[in-house]
Amino acid sequence: MAARDSIMHKPKDSKGALRRMLRFLGPYLWLLVLVALLCIGSNLLSLLGPNLAGSAINEAAAGPGKVNFERVGYYALRMLICYAASSLLTVCIHVVMMNVSKRAAKQMRRAVFEKLMRLPVSYFDRSQAGDIISRVSYDIDVISTCMATDVTAILTSVVTVVGSVVMMVTISLPLSAVVLFSVPASILYTSWMRKRTQPRFVKRSKNYGVMNGFVEEMLSGQKTIQAYAYEKRVAQRFDAINHNAAEAYYDADRYGVTIGPTMGTINNITLSLIALFGSLLFMGGRIQLGSISSFVLYSRKFSGPINEIANIINELFSALAASERVFELLDADEEPADAEGALELSDVRGDVKMEHVSFGYEKSRTIIHDLSMHAEQGKLIAIVGPTGAGKTTIINLLMRFYDAQGGVIRVDGHDICACTRESLRKAYAMVLQDTWVFRGTIFENIAYGRDGATREEVAAAAKAAHIHPFIMRLPRGYDTVVSEDGGNISKGQKQLLTIARAMLYDARMLILDEATSNVDTSTEREIQHAMRSLMQGKTCFVIAHRLSTVKNADHILVLDHGDVVEQGTHSSLMQAKGAYYKLYRSQFE
Amino acid sequence: MKFLFKYLKCFLKRITGVMGIKLLGTALELMIPFVMEHLIDHVVPQNSFSHVLLWGGIMIALAVAVRFLNVTANRMSVLTAKEAAYAIRRDLFSAALRLSGSQMDRVGLPSLISRMTSDSYNVQSFIQSMQTMGIRAPIMLVGGIAVTLAMDAGLALILCIMAPVMIALVVFISMKGIPLYDRVQAGMDDLVRIMRENITGVRVVKALSREGHEKSRFAAANGEQMRRDIRAGVTMAMPGPIVTLFLNVGLALVVFVGARRVNSGQTEPGVILAFLTYFNMILMGVMGLNRIFMMLSKANASAKRIAGVVDLKEELTPVPEELCPAPPDDGFIVFDDVSFSYDADAESRGGGEGFLGSARQKCLEHISFSVPRGGTLGIIGATGSGKTSIINLLMRFYDPQEGRVFVGGRDVRTYQLDALRSQFGAVFQNDVIFADSILENVSFGRDVDENGVSDALDHAMAGEFVSGYDDGLMHRAAIHGANFSGGQKQRLLIARALAANPSILVLDDSSSALDYRTDAALRRAIREHHSGATSVVIAQRVSSIMSLDRIMVLDEGRMIGFGSHEELLASCPAYREIHETQMGDL
Repeated sequence: MAARDSIMHKPKDSKGALRRMLRFLGPYLWLLVLVALLCIGSNLLSLLGPNLAGSAINEAAAGPGKVNFERVGYYALRMLICYAASSLLTVCIHVVMMNVSKRAAKQMRRAVFEKLMRLPVSYFDRSQAGDIISRVSYDIDVISTCMATDVTAILTSVVTVVGSVVMMVTISLPLSAVVLFSVPASILYTSWMRKRTQPRFVKRSKNYGVMNGFVEEMLSGQKTIQAYAYEKRVAQRFDAINHNAAEAYYDADRYGVTIGPTMGTINNITLSLIALFGSLLFMGGRIQLGSISSFVLYSRKFSGPINEIANIINELFSALAASERVFELLDADEEPADAEGALELSDVRGDVKMEHVSFGYEKSRTIIHDLSMHAEQGKLIAIVGPTGAGKTTIINLLMRFYDAQGGVIRVDGHDICACTRESLRKAYAMVLQDTWVFRGTIFENIAYGRDGATREEVAAAAKAAHIHPFIMRLPRGYDTVVSEDGGNISKGQKQLLTIARAMLYDARMLILDEATSNVDTSTEREIQHAMRSLMQGKTCFVIAHRLSTVKNADHILVLDHGDVVEQGTHSSLMQAKGAYYKLYRSQFE
Repeated sequence: MKFLFKYLKCFLKRITGVMGIKLLGTALELMIPFVMEHLIDHVVPQNSFSHVLLWGGIMIALAVAVRFLNVTANRMSVLTAKEAAYAIRRDLFSAALRLSGSQMDRVGLPSLISRMTSDSYNVQSFIQSMQTMGIRAPIMLVGGIAVTLAMDAGLALILCIMAPVMIALVVFISMKGIPLYDRVQAGMDDLVRIMRENITGVRVVKALSREGHEKSRFAAANGEQMRRDIRAGVTMAMPGPIVTLFLNVGLALVVFVGARRVNSGQTEPGVILAFLTYFNMILMGVMGLNRIFMMLSKANASAKRIAGVVDLKEELTPVPEELCPAPPDDGFIVFDDVSFSYDADAESRGGGEGFLGSARQKCLEHISFSVPRGGTLGIIGATGSGKTSIINLLMRFYDPQEGRVFVGGRDVRTYQLDALRSQFGAVFQNDVIFADSILENVSFGRDVDENGVSDALDHAMAGEFVSGYDDGLMHRAAIHGANFSGGQKQRLLIARALAANPSILVLDDSSSALDYRTDAALRRAIREHHSGATSVVIAQRVSSIMSLDRIMVLDEGRMIGFGSHEELLASCPAYREIHETQMGDL
């Protein structure tokens, strides 16, 4: 089915994609040459087989009592050796090609992953994770499968077709004419059939797609459907979709299933014609019996690749389309390199200044117009505003996940655009709302930010984050493996883990998202204590959700619709009776 | 396989027909080389031009007849596959729709979807190819051997010895290869996991400048994946050359032994020639059998997974009223000492996304409360404290292990499910907007006219943005309402719940994406226009529920507070604490 579905996406620039795909095979050029030689060898050897068989039969055709066994044995042994050697070479070809294609696939995956590491955060904000992943898992797989099978298939086809034609012509020119007549017949037939069936298969895939989408949608809303007793309606609608899918399948496949028998028939008719004309030629004394048998074998060899060509072309196209998707990712704009002679920030005090900063995620839509602010060393800056007001934008700018379009941001007086990204980012510790843990031990998760952290240091950080007792209660303590989404530990504990990570990291500046994490009250209390001690003595930027934090802040930024609409302290903002005042009041309505 | 047979029973005649036709077609195909042998060995020596033409013509006629028979049989089998797959999908889908909550937990949503899609396709293509190939391959093999036996038993013996060895070898290698592919799949899952971790955690990775570390982590998994891939690929590439080798060795033997037999007058040269053709047929037969074998094991697994859903017994059927005692008081919604836990079986498996909004681990312990008709109840508590479970029991998506739930003075188990649920208007956690018009999404198959829908939208604070669309109520939602913002979706869902003027309104965390102002306006509108409805509201924000008549505080499945906002502030320390962290100073 996969091959048929791929009909739908044809590559846009086949030549360019092919050239770049071949570049990944570059390191294996010599192996590919070897494969080509092996291919020629293996096929020539197997082409010799029928000829030797024919010679043997010619010897046997001498009739009862007159057979020269020495000659027959000679040919039969030769035949055996040729076939055995050919099979051995085929095995070698498979082994080499598997190695080449899988190694190339590995290189491609590596290239993609390393590219991902160089892409800016904005790329990930724009793209769907599933789409990126399918390029590595599905698309590269399609490409490597094509390399593994189609390269050898093409080589084999060429050698076999050319070899067979040569052998057939040498055996008997008139008989060859018969075969060469049947070739255009099968090519014409397949291309004619493809034209007729292709739209039907496209329609089939489309109908299946509609059905899959409907099923996925309805089953994920199954509870709602039951709650509103909507089942009958849904079942009726599914019936129509199911019916259409069934009809589209029937319509496409009833054409599809005629191809096989028809190709078989063309082969059988060719065989009949060879037998017929061969007999006539034999009667005219123009050909020997054994030659007819060799000829039959060659014609069979010959028809195999011809029948395969349509398939190979299809697969080649789908591999090219897949490689275009991979190259598209490899061509995405990277995070620009640090400026020449960029400054390595060190011994950061944590004095942050924003001067007339303007920014928009799209160049044409500025959301932060003119923001100036000064966060002195050790001060607490609260960022407040309704959901979706753009609170993370400030963080994106501070850490240079995005660069401001206008104005300057300074850390300790240095323009951050003139500093290396690495040293800037290392100056911040960070606890985000969607706490990130990866599959690894608790130790590895806490020590993530610092190479060579010792057990003691990690335990000290965990103690400061109030999670040490919990970890010790786990059967394997710090060696307990947490899973990708942290499913085996609770949300609150995940948050404590990331706080511990930040504790260990010990930077002078802190970015904190204190979203009410919807955990039980005692964990909530511990998280608050942990955050308090983490904030100690650092310049803190806090996306604030707790009024206590806001009230205690040295400076408040009020955001709405992406822009900073107000800033000041709690009391000054309350007096201004502006956006902050309204936000504050609305909680008590 | 028993399951499939149920669906194929009504096509028995047609399937028998297909097999008959295939049998005939394959038999005729096998005759072609036979005729050729006759032509060369017996007709040619007669030196009769017209006889040669006649036998040549017979060969061509056979080829044409074979095509006709094969195409007919193939088309009939496609028809059968189409109709059977249609019926299987129909039954599977309606079975999926009526699964109870705990059944859904056990199966899991992703698995259910893949059973509906890829498993049903597997079964469909199996039904088709089993008929087209299932006869052909064995007949090619057996028939090929039989014909050669008939032509020259001595020579055929070579084949008879070789065929079983070949089949055994091929099947053995394939069996070895399947687990290798499972390992390739597992390796790919590892790679995908690392990528997903890096994509979701891109800010952390960059903030800590861990790119190098991540690269080497990926490289290790990548290299391992390559080794597994090569091993599986090389293994599975072996059957082809091995079968070819065996056959060709057989060929050489046939030529040699054949020559001896010609010499002793036991056979004729044309026989050797025909043998060479039959060898190819047998080769195709062996490869075909291998494919059938692989397909069979795949389809069998798929059929089992489908049967696992279709054959599930319907749960939550109504219980006769006599068996259920009367409620302890005359409240409209009454829980009487209810204890409940989700299926222990599903818990241990844990995988997959379960029934919408259900937390599995926690349960309810001895919950009793009562809400009068028209009363309002708020439920607050941490994630996993059992808030949603109360709704799941109230609307009978699950049955409690202990205690009873009453709605309108009747045990919920005595209602027909539809009759019970039609009293409700509900918005669940992560509820779904379907790809349909706004009108259909709100009226949702109930008897609500356009005016009713407009009113409901207004009350749900959605009137404004909906009237902003040129096509108004007919505006189409994308799948999962992807073209709406989170807040817009929640308001549409609330409109759906309000539209039929339900006697019970259930809102499970349904205003989390609304800002405080909209949330407050929404609450006011519901108070004004739907005062007759008994409402149950689950929320994380105290402000969303503090004006309700009664508030329940849940903690790990236990009710640790029940009363009005003021009562709870005075009596329930946990409630006071939540209130303080959200609303005021610490």
